[in-house]
Amino acid sequence: MTRSTPRSFQEIILRLMSYWSAQGCAVLQPYDMEVGAGTFHPATTLRALGSRPWAAAYVQPSRRPTDGRYGENPNRLQHYYQYQVLIKPSPPDLQALYLGSLAAIGIDLGLHDIRFVEDDWESPTLGAWGLGWEVWCDGMEVSQFTYFQQVGGHDCRPVAGELTYGLERLAMYVLGIDHVMDMPFNDPSAPIPLKYGDVFRQTEQEYSRWNFDQADTDMLLQHFRDAEAECARILAAPAEDKAGRRIVMAHPAYDQCIKASHLFNLLDARGVISVTERQAYIGRVRALAKACADAFVTTEAGGAAEAEAAHG
Amino acid sequence: MPDLLIELFSEEIPARMQARAREDLKKLVTDGLVEAGLTYRSAGAFSTPRRLTLTIEGLTPESPTLREERKGPAATAPAAALVGFLRSTGLMREQLELRDDKKGQVWFASIERPGRPASAIVAEVLEATIRNFPWPKAMRWGSGSLRWVRPLHAILCLMTTEAGAEVVPLTIEGITAGDTTEGHRFMVPGRFAVSGFDDYRAKLRRAFVMLDAAEREAVIWAQAGNLAFAQGLEVVPDAGLLAEVAGLVEWPVVLIGAIGEAFLGLPPEVLQTSMRAHQKFFSVKNPATGRIEGFVTVANRETIDHGQTILQGNQKVLSARLSDARFFWENDLRRVKAEGLEGMAAGLAHVTFHNKLGSQLDRVKRIEALAREIAPLVGAAPDLAAEAARVAKADLQSAMVGEFPELQGIMGRYYAEAAGHNDGVPEACREHYQPLGPGDAVPTAPVSVAVALADKIDTLCGFWAIDEKPTGSKDPFALRRAALGVIRLVLGNGVRFNLLDRIVLPFSRFNLIEWNGEGKSVASDLLAFFHDRLKVFLRDQGIRHDVIDACLAMPGNDDLTLLVKRAEALAAFLKTDDGENLLQGFKRANNILTQAETKDGVEYSYGADPKFAETEAERALFAALDAAEGAISPAIEAEDFAAAMTAMAALRAPIDAFFEAVQVNAENPVIRRNRLNLLNRIRAICLGVADLGRIEG
Repeated sequence: MTRSTPRSFQEIILRLMSYWSAQGCAVLQPYDMEVGAGTFHPATTLRALGSRPWAAAYVQPSRRPTDGRYGENPNRLQHYYQYQVLIKPSPPDLQALYLGSLAAIGIDLGLHDIRFVEDDWESPTLGAWGLGWEVWCDGMEVSQFTYFQQVGGHDCRPVAGELTYGLERLAMYVLGIDHVMDMPFNDPSAPIPLKYGDVFRQTEQEYSRWNFDQADTDMLLQHFRDAEAECARILAAPAEDKAGRRIVMAHPAYDQCIKASHLFNLLDARGVISVTERQAYIGRVRALAKACADAFVTTEAGGAAEAEAAHG
Repeated sequence: MPDLLIELFSEEIPARMQARAREDLKKLVTDGLVEAGLTYRSAGAFSTPRRLTLTIEGLTPESPTLREERKGPAATAPAAALVGFLRSTGLMREQLELRDDKKGQVWFASIERPGRPASAIVAEVLEATIRNFPWPKAMRWGSGSLRWVRPLHAILCLMTTEAGAEVVPLTIEGITAGDTTEGHRFMVPGRFAVSGFDDYRAKLRRAFVMLDAAEREAVIWAQAGNLAFAQGLEVVPDAGLLAEVAGLVEWPVVLIGAIGEAFLGLPPEVLQTSMRAHQKFFSVKNPATGRIEGFVTVANRETIDHGQTILQGNQKVLSARLSDARFFWENDLRRVKAEGLEGMAAGLAHVTFHNKLGSQLDRVKRIEALAREIAPLVGAAPDLAAEAARVAKADLQSAMVGEFPELQGIMGRYYAEAAGHNDGVPEACREHYQPLGPGDAVPTAPVSVAVALADKIDTLCGFWAIDEKPTGSKDPFALRRAALGVIRLVLGNGVRFNLLDRIVLPFSRFNLIEWNGEGKSVASDLLAFFHDRLKVFLRDQGIRHDVIDACLAMPGNDDLTLLVKRAEALAAFLKTDDGENLLQGFKRANNILTQAETKDGVEYSYGADPKFAETEAERALFAALDAAEGAISPAIEAEDFAAAMTAMAALRAPIDAFFEAVQVNAENPVIRRNRLNLLNRIRAICLGVADLGRIEG
């Protein structure tokens, strides 16, 4: 199968979408909250738990306030896109499937040097870890490849395989672009050709300024405490609602965990969290993630029904 | 005799784990086979990123049949005893035998354990090996519960005899052993069958897999050297990187490239660190200029464009990395020019060193005060040492060290030079971390020594003050290394000071601890820690711990240079014939005296009088003691321990002669007391040099 080289950022995204769709993944949309990485999407964090099979792929806009460079750095951004694939149980040919996705976006596997280099993944805020690799193409890291072992303090059984592509970096490589802002966003021959910079340069400046200088830290601290309290309150509510239906509110609680995590990242970018406090904050977010995971595994999507059926 | 071939084929095994895994596979399997009664002629283990391989030659085809006889109950014993015996042996009563024993007739059982074919044993041993493999980190995958370093895909397990090759029947968690394997993932996809180790190795090679890591290393190093040589350059040796890279490829193809002109101005350490840490590139040096001008990268394949695409990609990644490095370097230099090193160091106020020991700035201030104090003791100008201490940690605030922490100190030197220092401060910035390990050099430049000592002493006193001492194998703040560093700095430079009085006790001015009261015992505890490390250090130099104990008992033992001088002289003395015999004489004198003192309840420390001497030997000893005392006191005063030992050695003959000729416990109480007092003089003189009572043997 010969494929032409893609011509734009969005074409690469579309090709990944259609490739993983053809492999049977549910193609989801981004989660509608601010997150630091695609892993935070409940379609990964929560669905990696429990016994139910799962296969999903999606783009997730991700925010890392400390990485902001006012749009000047050729490859650092405070807002960027990750492409995320999660399949549970991990299929035996996941490596081959992954390599197929590289071919699909125009990387000629006969000319390049693809390598799986040890890189164990750990998210202290999610209480999660897994083993895997960073994938190198001619010495450049193009993806993270992880077999989840634990999330929210729970063993993953079965194990989910997670693929994360840093879309800007990967696309710059495939398209041969040196500065992210110069990358064609849509087709360069479109009536109104747009570059990445046309879409994001100004927002990178605005958010860099806000993240580093302007964000109201007292307010952020208060929001952090609010999110923490609300998460605990939601999970402490009785499992039965007024009508006597059993509804454990794992997802609304997890939204508060996501909020707390992002607020922590903002506070970190404002430089108001000392080295010693850092660990304490991370521990507080992890406690929320664990509580949400504990709640999720008691729900149907978390495999509770299967577990009961197996025991009953 | 059959041969055995095992291959465990998986997804990519981390490079750093492969060498250990090869050895573990060999040991676990061969141990298991031997334990089950098999023997073998030789075994060899190999690894690539995707496989662990074991070949065993000359395996015995089956385990030997074992016979065992067991003695049971007497014929007259209760029936229950016989039933129990039958159950434990698994035999019927008809199969037992009654034999005459000393106390009558007894039941005997003869149990035969038939030998088992090697393939059954191999299957068992391999399964146990896979299930219990000691990976540093293992994982599960899919729906299974098997653990391996990464998903295990296939097992090859083949026994080969003259009759042919046979697969050992074995299935683990759905993986059934077979006789096939795979070659290079990209160059020759697909599985193929093999008939034995030689065939396996040859077919892998045709499928672009070099099985032996040592061969891959050799090929990489040779190719890299040739490519560099062709351009008049040389590869900077890096054994650790070579081993790692050999574990990342099955078919090494070495490519050489040039570093862009724009980056050649970066310090060589920056180029090397950046290329090694991020890209696993070797550095290539121009021997004419000494500069790092190129890189060597190792690809895992051949391509029709001879690696051009791969090289270009790598070059591009390197440029991006080095652009970052240059950005850090130039920014850092700009800051140093604008704010000076002190300006760069200002941010240390916001970095916590330890929550009980304050910020990095608090720490720097303590180090500065200590360095100023230590400076005159090591021949450095106090103001200069203080200034060096003030800026020695400035580079921790630089962008470059933020990115590459391993460049701390190295960057500090460059930045201090950029700030216009040519007074020993740049060297102190770099060297104050030294010595980092037992093999690391000890700084000798006075300013460096002052700051290096101050840095380590602050760390030790600080962590002692907050009671964070090393315990067992736990030493998170590397305090043992810090203490050894102090010892090597002091001894290596012949520095003289009383550690306790001069340095440790005055540390209380930093208000982290009061060394008075309870603090006093903390301070002596810290001194004892130094002494422990010193013993370990001197033991490696061949000085026994009891020799050090004998010297530790002497005054001024917190002056490490003096202490070691004494220990070295004593160790040398005890190795001589005179020393060994004098030690015996001392011990004899000491024993007799101690016994008498215990028995009589008095101390014999009155001056012995020569007028009560009855024998020539006694009188000779008096004379020798007078002479020795006259020589030893000034020698000790002058810290000339060798001379003191020599003077002490002169006592050996008179002491020997005295014990030969004289009975100490004489009938006459006056004479006995005089002789005991004489022994006391021997003891006192010897103890004035070192506490010989602590010497063993």
